[in-house]
Amino acid sequence: MEDVPAESATAAELVARCRAGDQDAWRALVERFSRYVFAIAVQGFRLPEHAAEDVFQEVFARTYEHLDRLRDDAAIQPWLAQLTRRLCIDHLRASSREQLEEEPEPDVAEDTFERLDDALAVHEALAELPEQCGEILDRFFARDESYRTIGELLGLPAGTIASRISRCLAKLREHFEGRNPSPNASGDR
Amino acid sequence: MTHYDEDRLAALLRVLPPAPRGWVTAAQELPLARRGLDEIVARAEADAEFRARLVADLEAALEAEGYERDPAVLEALRQRLAGG
Repeated sequence: MEDVPAESATAAELVARCRAGDQDAWRALVERFSRYVFAIAVQGFRLPEHAAEDVFQEVFARTYEHLDRLRDDAAIQPWLAQLTRRLCIDHLRASSREQLEEEPEPDVAEDTFERLDDALAVHEALAELPEQCGEILDRFFARDESYRTIGELLGLPAGTIASRISRCLAKLREHFEGRNPSPNASGDR
Repeated sequence: MTHYDEDRLAALLRVLPPAPRGWVTAAQELPLARRGLDEIVARAEADAEFRARLVADLEAALEAEGYERDPAVLEALRQRLAGG
């Protein structure tokens, strides 16, 4: 197998390595998609914490058991999304049955899922940024940590964190523009 | 993604906070838990006395043998013992 560290492998490579029994790859796969699965359950379906945890564990348990059913290793993200959505719906239906309520059609906004897909693409791009950009942006925006906390963790003066955030956001934008130049930047038609 | 202004990127970064660490760790340890499960089942198939103790009181039997009592493993073990 390849020598690429699991953390930098593509999703398809991780799936193939998991199927071959590579535990580091499994850990990396869970790490990579854990926020996504969590967000679908909590933001997409507004499940309470205990239910979201059940769904989260069930998603990864089924993924582990059924990785060999995946026809295209690169399709792990939509596959996980579909599985998580199905389990959330099952949960909502089961809990409404327990409460003798009429089964509602889950009230889910499709644009929430599109937003989560975009967010995952942005999160994955963090790994490709230079210096400590990925970590700084993740800590500030996703983990909601203060300049001071980030500065202490990374050994940087708190005062420089704000400028780093600004510079790193610019790098992130350049990353996306470089990958897929904006229509506005390249002229009309 | 069709546009990349920094405000939108910042907003999207906020959308994915980390899942609780304990949840992630539990999911990452699934292969180890499953391996432990297979080992216990294999032993129960080979040792009728051990199997009888598991059926009588699963948690006590596992604890006596030094196995970790992970809730997911306990549930899976109950199903496999009932099915076997």
